[in-house]
Amino acid sequence: MKRIILILFIIGCVVAAIGLVITRPQRLQADALSGLTPDADRGRLVYAAMGCASCHMAPGSDDPTRLPGGKSFVTDFGTFYAPNISTDPEHGIGDWTDEQIATAVLRGTSPDNQHYFPVFPYGSYMRGDPSDVADLIAYLRLLEPDQTPSRDHDVGFPFNIRASLGGWKLLFANPDWIVTGDLTEEQERGRLLVEAMGHCGECHTPRNILGGMNTNDWLAGAAIPGQKGRTPDLRAPSLDWSAADIVAYLKTGLTPEYDSAGGEMVDVIANTSQLPDSDLSAIAAYLLVVGAN
Amino acid sequence: MRKILIAGLAITGTAIGAIAYADNHISDAQKAAAVKARQAHMTLYAFNLGTLGGMAKEEIPYDAAAATAAADTIATLAQLPQSGYWLPGTDNGSMENTRALPAIWADGSDVGTKAGDLVTAATAMQTAAATDLDSLKAAMGPLGASCGGCHKGFRQPDE
Ligand code: HEC
Ligand code: HEC
Ligand code: HEC
Repeated sequence: MKRIILILFIIGCVVAAIGLVITRPQRLQADALSGLTPDADRGRLVYAAMGCASCHMAPGSDDPTRLPGGKSFVTDFGTFYAPNISTDPEHGIGDWTDEQIATAVLRGTSPDNQHYFPVFPYGSYMRGDPSDVADLIAYLRLLEPDQTPSRDHDVGFPFNIRASLGGWKLLFANPDWIVTGDLTEEQERGRLLVEAMGHCGECHTPRNILGGMNTNDWLAGAAIPGQKGRTPDLRAPSLDWSAADIVAYLKTGLTPEYDSAGGEMVDVIANTSQLPDSDLSAIAAYLLVVGAN
Repeated sequence: MRKILIAGLAITGTAIGAIAYADNHISDAQKAAAVKARQAHMTLYAFNLGTLGGMAKEEIPYDAAAATAAADTIATLAQLPQSGYWLPGTDNGSMENTRALPAIWADGSDVGTKAGDLVTAATAMQTAAATDLDSLKAAMGPLGASCGGCHKGFRQPDE
């Protein structure tokens, strides 16, 4: 009897170990950023497109160049707080290497090989382009340091076990494109901006009970965690807007009826309004394809 | 100066007192009417922005006089007294058919600042609309953002 228990115990350990190996945190390849010449001016636009400030600004702040964190995210799993990602070496990420920052954004893995929680939208960012992220990092390094300490998340057992996020990533974090098939160059640019950088799906796509996105209902509109109301369906004909209407909305927040955007979309528009018209047209071209699929 | 300040405080105090008093005495019909009135006020913003937005999108030709009239109307509307239809007890937790969030009436609410931001942006649009189409286009972003600045924290997204 004792022997059987011992054997079962050993088998259990092996299974768990295999599980931890399969789900262990991934890092970027060591040479992923080599040979690039980062451009901080381009990085400013990447920063707007990726919307880092929407989450890492102080709550209620309008200054996208200060990133002390502190904004709260109420979810079914607990309340998360955005950390300080300013250039302060102690409280922020000032002493991180480029590889460490890029690995956090594109793989959701910390410098000490822990998984990040997917409120940090790396599940979208991982579809992005390392050279964009290299530009982004060059820009981030120009921002002011801030000494505000990061706040601990308020998340109970078992969701607070970061190792278990490896299983979540295995199931739900998929770097493949959602919309595939023949796309024009403009539509492909729009796909990069929507599916990866702008992480539009994080708010506009419904989630399952484990918080993974139902990609079959891609951009179909979703409940807003911790609030009444839903985000709208972005698929035509539900969204019966022309490309020009979509561009105007992403620039001014005004709908074709000249109502104005509200809720968290206001932060998104603060970012998209900085992008060149060509990028906004690309987003519109992509959204019109999503509707047609 | 001191006299003016005291007079100002007295008026504000009376106004708050009146609203607090009124809170217990407002009928459901009055509340429903207040909601309708503020939504109509908002609809007038949208209607006039339609003229400016149509020109910015080049759906209708730029016309300085028409643009100025629309901008003037928005600026005037933004400065009208509105406390009569933002009555306490008319948030979307207390009644149907409104998307106004309780945050409007919460302690430390900066809804007044947001209303002031709209006045600033609308005033800038008055100048821009009279200047030329490029100025009008450039002023659309800040004006739209000032509407959104208030809708962000004070209006619930649809449904
Ligand atoms: C939707 C909100 C959101 C957006 C957008 C977002 N982040 Fe974050 N970020 C978070 C949260 C929440 C965490 C904490 C995750 C955790 O602790 O597991 C985080 C963590 C991080 C970390 C790790 C910090 C640390 O101390 O370990 C870095 C670095 C980071 N974010 C950078 C960025 C950058 C760069 C961008 C833009 C490309 C960005 N974030 C966009 C919410 C966001
Ligand atoms: C000071 C805050 C504030 C400002 C500034 C503001 N709004 Fe509103 N708006 C609201 C609130 C709150 C509601 C929800 C009212 C309700 O449902 O009772 C609303 C509702 C609306 C509606 C829907 C009306 C309806 O029939 O339900 C429209 C359209 C609108 N706003 C347009 C605008 C436009 C355009 C601007 C800028 C020119 C603007 N708003 C500026 C707070 C504001
Ligand atoms: C942080 C959450 C969030 C993100 C990220 C987000 N949205 Fe939204 N979006 C919303 C909410 C909430 C609304 C409803 C706004 C309102 O109340 O007026 C909205 C509204 C919209 C609308 C208006 C649709 C309609 O019928 O009125 C469009 C278009 C849109 N979003 C496009 C996008 C695009 C494109 C992206 C990515 C660049 C994006 N959104 C990213 C939350 C988000």
